[in-house]
Amino acid sequence: VVTYDPVASSPGLDDASLMPRLQAGEAWALETLVRTRAPQLLTVARRFLRDERDAQDAVQEAFVVAFKSIHAIEERTVIGPWLHRLVVEAAVVKLRSLPRHSEGAIEDLLPTFLEDGHHVRRPPAWEPSSVLLERPDVREFVRACIDRLPETHRTLLLLRDTENLDATETARLLGIEEAAVKSCLHQARQALVGLLEEQLGRGES
Amino acid sequence: VTRWITCREFVDFLDDYLARRLEPTHHEEFNDHLSGCPPCVAYLHSYQDSIRLGKAALTRSDGPVPESVPEALVQAILAAQRKAGA
Repeated sequence: VVTYDPVASSPGLDDASLMPRLQAGEAWALETLVRTRAPQLLTVARRFLRDERDAQDAVQEAFVVAFKSIHAIEERTVIGPWLHRLVVEAAVVKLRSLPRHSEGAIEDLLPTFLEDGHHVRRPPAWEPSSVLLERPDVREFVRACIDRLPETHRTLLLLRDTENLDATETARLLGIEEAAVKSCLHQARQALVGLLEEQLGRGES
Repeated sequence: VTRWITCREFVDFLDDYLARRLEPTHHEEFNDHLSGCPPCVAYLHSYQDSIRLGKAALTRSDGPVPESVPEALVQAILAAQRKAGA
C-alpha cells in the first residue's frame, strides 16, 4: 500500500475522463497532468532528496516513465497513487546515483550495553507521542533527527514506515537483500530512539 | 522453563518481538524479561513512540502542497515527453 496524499486536481477533471485522453496522447491532457500533479510529486521527492535540483529531476523522470507506460496501464488505474509510486522509485534511483557523502557510522547511534548485557544507562522515558505531537516544534525536530541518520537508513525509514512498502519491494528498490532491509530498519529505529532521547528524554542517565 | 534473556538480546530482537516473529518459547522469554526489567519497558515504549513520531514527522510536516512548480520544470517534462514521442 502506497501512502498517497490526495491532491486537488482540476475541478471536474477526474481520472476516468482524463485517462483515455492521456492514453490517446492528447497534448492538453498531458500538460494538465503535469501541472496538476507535479506539485504534490515534488513534495514527495523532496522527502527523499535534499537537493532541489535532484528532487525536480526525480519528478521529471517519474513523468517520463509515466508517459512511456501510460498506454500499457489499465484505464481504471487511479492516477495519483500510480504517479506517487513512480516518483518514489525515481527518487530512490536518483539517490542511489548520487555520490555518497561521508556519513557517521550507525553504530555510534545504537544503544550500548555492559558486558553482562545490561543497559549502560537506563533509557530515558519521554512523553507519549500523542502528547508530543501536540507541540508545534516536535515534527520539525523529529525530522531533523531523521536527517542525521546515514542515507541508507534514512531512506529505509521513508520506504518502510512512511511509504509502507514491504521488505521485498524495499530490497528491490535499494538493491540490497531482504535480510539487510530488516536489520538496517531495526538499526535505523534504534538510532532514532537515541537521537530523540537526547532532546526528549526526561529520565535519569 | 524459559531462560532469562539479557537486555542486549531484548533490544537486538525487539523488532522481531513486536512483529511476533519469534518462536512462542522465545516470545515468552521476552515477556518474562519485560515483566522484570523497567529499563527495557522504557526502551520498548521509546522504540514504539519513535516509529509513530517518525511517521508523523515525515508525512505531515511537508507543509501545504504548493499550487504550482517552477515553469522550467513543467516545460522540461513536456519537452522530454515530446522528444520521447517524436
